[in-house]
Amino acid sequence: MRAVLLALSLALLLPATDAAAQRIVADLSQERVAIDARFEGSEIVVFGAIKPEPGRTHAPVEVIVTVSGPLRPVTVRRKSRLAGIWVNTEGVAIDAAPTLYKVATSAPLSQALTAVEDLRRSITPERRIRAVDAREAGSEATDDFIDGLIRIREAQGLYAVQEGAVRLTDQALFSVDIALPANLVEGQYTANVYLTREGEVVADFTRTIDVRKVGLERWIYTLAHQRPLVYGLVSLAIAIAAGWGASALFRWVRG
Amino acid sequence: MWGMLVYLPIAEVSVNAFLLLGLGGAVGVLSGMFGVGGGFLMTPLLFFIGIPPAVAVATEANQIVASSFSGVLAHLRRKTVDLKMGTVLLVGGLIGAGLGILLFNFLKAQGQVDLLVRLCYVVFLGVIGSLMFVESLGAIRRARAATAGGAPPPPRRPRRSRGWVAALPFKMRFRTSGLYISVIPPLLVGVSVGVLAAIMGVGGGFIMVPAMIYLLGMPTKVVVGTSLFQIIFVTAFTTLLHATTNYTVDMMLAVLLLIGGVVGAQIGTQLGTKLKAEQLRILLALIVLAVCGKLAFDLLVEPAELYSIADPGGH
Repeated sequence: MRAVLLALSLALLLPATDAAAQRIVADLSQERVAIDARFEGSEIVVFGAIKPEPGRTHAPVEVIVTVSGPLRPVTVRRKSRLAGIWVNTEGVAIDAAPTLYKVATSAPLSQALTAVEDLRRSITPERRIRAVDAREAGSEATDDFIDGLIRIREAQGLYAVQEGAVRLTDQALFSVDIALPANLVEGQYTANVYLTREGEVVADFTRTIDVRKVGLERWIYTLAHQRPLVYGLVSLAIAIAAGWGASALFRWVRG
Repeated sequence: MWGMLVYLPIAEVSVNAFLLLGLGGAVGVLSGMFGVGGGFLMTPLLFFIGIPPAVAVATEANQIVASSFSGVLAHLRRKTVDLKMGTVLLVGGLIGAGLGILLFNFLKAQGQVDLLVRLCYVVFLGVIGSLMFVESLGAIRRARAATAGGAPPPPRRPRRSRGWVAALPFKMRFRTSGLYISVIPPLLVGVSVGVLAAIMGVGGGFIMVPAMIYLLGMPTKVVVGTSLFQIIFVTAFTTLLHATTNYTVDMMLAVLLLIGGVVGAQIGTQLGTKLKAEQLRILLALIVLAVCGKLAFDLLVEPAELYSIADPGGH
């Protein structure tokens, strides 16, 4: 589907050129992020080159880079005042929202991407978050809830739109640093690079990033979710051993 | 070194390890000084540093098991535990914890569990903080009057007129406490403490100890040991229920709080013997009221962010 769309858009936009003529080559500084107990966040460099089309002069190209975490359903709730205190009163179920979503561009977004192309490819956070059921159910304020979700995740460093953050040299080389915060959720992340001309995507590139808890973190998380009773018993055993051990130690120290 | 962040695998947030050790230590000092469990202070403090309330409540239950364990052993050695009464309280406690988890999980699905936990804290901390404050002010005034030359007022003894308690059926003999009473009041006390343990992540000693003295009429010397005996089993059961239904017990968080807590408790015990009891109690009352005030303030003032995110199925 995506290939067909891409071919279509290229065919419409560049009728004279071969669809393969305008290409990007890109890579990531790392394709694996390991979350251990000392994980304090990470940074991924997305970089690459744009192959020029010989003999043609065009409007300048722009580069958009996105890094997306796994899509998860979430419920967004809104508080309002009830009997003097602030209480969750309304909720909207969002079908799928990325746990992390970073967009970086080489030019202001309005210049690098048209609204139609954004709708087609779901590039901005507002478009990326899917809330079909809520919209169909007729929740008028769904957009307010989506904006709320984006605001909260921006404050947590999980979402960002960084216009102009992609360094584009001579219309040929690009690179951008994407910060991954410490509060990452594990799963398959995707890095997308879109090459645009006059706001239309002319080429794209996708790579996955594997984010995993490792070592102790991995063990605790897996045990807690797959063998919860064993995990609970181990937690209790550690607690009892620590409580008893500490008092024994202090008694011994004091003689 | 001092900025060392640690990633908590269940809470899925990064927190400064020394902040957690420090919190554990500070609450440990207080619990050592005052002989209280400290759960009722630790859980709201965990909310304040950004631990999800469901994780804070479940993990604190686990930590209480650790901090009560050495205490129970000491009381068992001194034979100051009424095992029969403890078992009756425990049966009630297990039922209460089960009910509490049902309520907790139901409200979690409704998105109201934060509100429930916070409201419970505001009410209980407010009432207990005020009572303690008034009581210890009175004690200081009496002490002053005594040193000023007046005759010391006769110490008040807990009254033993338990008309309606004595009239209840299903009587049982509790030899260690020297009581022959109905099992219904201790069962009910156990149930209410169990509900609180599940919802608030507390041991519930602050409710149980007064209830045992004034309602059941138990002798003071077995009260603390018996309540610890009940608390350790009820909080262990609560930990297992949270671990198996909500996956919210964070081992890493529990261990960091524990290390701070056990060290703090030893320091607190030493400090407690050097300071005056009334002043200590006023201090504790003020801390309790301050935490209550902060929680109430957050509920009453319009929050900066009206929206919040909850992921269904996850934690």
